[in-house]
Amino acid sequence: MRVRAEEAGRIPHEGRLPAVANVAVRLVDVVKKFGETVAVDHIDLEVRDGEFFSLLGPSGCGKTTTLRMIGGFEEPTAGLIELQGQDVTWLPPYQRNVNTVFQNYALFPHLTIYENVAFGLRRKGVKEAEIKSRATEMLELVELPGFENRKPNQISGGQAQRVALARALINRPAVLLLDEPLGALDLKLRKQMQVELKRIQKEVGITFVYVTHDQEEAMTMSDRIAVMNRGHYEQLGEPEMLYERPQTRFVAGFLGVSNLIAGRVDATAGGDWATIALDNGVTVRAPRALAEGKTRILLGVRPEKIRLYETHETVPESHNRMPGTIRAASYMGVSTQYQVDVPGNRRLTVFEQNVERATKSELWAPGEVVVVGWQPQHSFVVRDESAEAAAEEATEVAAEPFGE
Amino acid sequence: MGGFIKRHRWIAPYALLAPGVLWLLVFYVYPGIQMFIASFWSGTLETGFTFSVSNWTNYPDALQGASAQFVRSILYAGAATLLTFLIAYPLAYTIAFKGGHYKALLLFLVVAPFFTSFLLRTISWKIILGDSGLFLAPLKTIGLVPSDFRLLAEPVAVVSGITYNFLPFMTLPIYVSLEKIDHRLVEAAKDLYAGPWRPGGAIAGLVIGGLLGGVLGYIFEYSIPVFAIAAAAAGAIIGWFFISQSFTRVTFPLSLPGVFAGSLLTFIPAIGDYVNAEFLGNPGTTMVGNVIQNKFLVQNDYPAASALSFILMAGILVAVAIYARALGTEGLTTGRG
Repeated sequence: MRVRAEEAGRIPHEGRLPAVANVAVRLVDVVKKFGETVAVDHIDLEVRDGEFFSLLGPSGCGKTTTLRMIGGFEEPTAGLIELQGQDVTWLPPYQRNVNTVFQNYALFPHLTIYENVAFGLRRKGVKEAEIKSRATEMLELVELPGFENRKPNQISGGQAQRVALARALINRPAVLLLDEPLGALDLKLRKQMQVELKRIQKEVGITFVYVTHDQEEAMTMSDRIAVMNRGHYEQLGEPEMLYERPQTRFVAGFLGVSNLIAGRVDATAGGDWATIALDNGVTVRAPRALAEGKTRILLGVRPEKIRLYETHETVPESHNRMPGTIRAASYMGVSTQYQVDVPGNRRLTVFEQNVERATKSELWAPGEVVVVGWQPQHSFVVRDESAEAAAEEATEVAAEPFGE
Repeated sequence: MGGFIKRHRWIAPYALLAPGVLWLLVFYVYPGIQMFIASFWSGTLETGFTFSVSNWTNYPDALQGASAQFVRSILYAGAATLLTFLIAYPLAYTIAFKGGHYKALLLFLVVAPFFTSFLLRTISWKIILGDSGLFLAPLKTIGLVPSDFRLLAEPVAVVSGITYNFLPFMTLPIYVSLEKIDHRLVEAAKDLYAGPWRPGGAIAGLVIGGLLGGVLGYIFEYSIPVFAIAAAAAGAIIGWFFISQSFTRVTFPLSLPGVFAGSLLTFIPAIGDYVNAEFLGNPGTTMVGNVIQNKFLVQNDYPAASALSFILMAGILVAVAIYARALGTEGLTTGRG
């Protein structure tokens, strides 16, 4: 089920980018099949000029294939690809104003770092003096001055990563494509490079299209993210919107941890809040905008949004609440992760910062009876695909309730 | 035993080398020394041979007597190496990059001729190239070539035979080096604007083709201009249509170790070969291998034969050293150009 960006739930701080932005990359109804396998299934996408855009998803979701089609390494089975308004669907890679940072860098092993970086400019017939000044400038940008005469086998993975970046950026492409460029680096280096990449992107102002399976990486760097699953994207938006307002079960589960409980929207209630009758008998509230037009839903809340109260404590009137029993606690230093059993045989995950309770005696212990509470605006609503599918089958409703 | 090896790890590499070293000592070094001594002999089989350092004149004498064959060996082996390269490279390239599921089968077909004896294969070329053989008979019937035209017993037949016999030695190393190339490097080159190489490729093809054609025309003792022009035209067409910048800048440089290995594996045995010249040539196309074979086995002139063998060996060593230097040995041994 595809979801269009404009249909995504609104949160107050949406729209950090100017509303009217030039489109750097546009995909119109793009399909890619490998034999019988559909790798990319009818994707419509607009990447804005100058933004850091990520395609996020598990392996096999079609993110790399999408990137390769933008780069010109794969031809789409159907659809249209535009770069800055120009149809490039059938142009070979060497005629597109895009450059790629490959997964394992793909540095030319027989050429020096300098020649690797100069490769694109040489093919374009740029004069030697300009190549030299631009290559020097690029190696400075990626903080590798003085590496000109080394060979790729004489530098580390992190350095190779920077060279690959310099080799692509020196050509001043309209769009830079990055295919899991940090995947081969160790965690510490990866964190460092994330900051570095973001800095470089800001400095050069080039549109980045970034492919990754690492949700944290995508959230750290991206202006917008398309969360992909099985050949299409389920939701597209800014990182905080994807996290706070996931619209599908997949997005809710792929980005961070989500507690989901099935329920039914009570259509009669009015006001800013929709009332939702959960299947476990508890009634909670959620922002009306999120529940509009839905009946069977999954109500979601993030673990760090939940507070645990003692039974005698007063939970603020407006908050959602339900009784719970601590089942397990794991202390993680900065926070403690609890598994809490709630009515209806559901188990919630709760993160509590170790501020008010920090020592072992203060922490909640398994078996303790608590009240689970959270603010209604922290509820999000996800379509209950399984219930929808069942309902569709029963009533033979052909039209999809959402998307195209 | 296992414990012993564990305690004396330094032994392992030597133990692994030992069989090869022994083999070479018995079948290469010892006969080599024997032959070196023989090259300073004088006398005949009937009177017996005597060793004397003053017999070093065997060397200049042998060289003088076989200088034409030496030159011919170099030319024929060189031409055959060049032709095997021209045939093997596209073949290996296609198997490596377009072979798909058929790679193993295609590689098997490349080595399939080895299942037949070397002699039989060479003799079969005699039949194919014969004056009214498979190849010439139809051409003569339709009048495309004059009825007295022949291929057999000409330099072209000897070179063709060598080319055919050593083709797998060129194909396999090139295939291995191409196979190893990460396809993303080619994609990266295309991403960095390496497109078709025009008109550079055509011009390069024209020049290289013309030169090689001229050389082949000379070696084959046919018309040099005709060969040069035909090869230049072929080179220009190949250069225009098939040679891309990603090939010249990435694929080809990265396959050079294979080209180097393949050309050595072809050139070295080819220069000492005598079977092809024996069966497919004429008395005017004999190579140094024929002379050595004749002196050793027919005339029993061991000193001269040994001296010739040593000159050939030294010549090859020098040539290989120059060739390795030109291509850069460091790059070749590490697989990085």
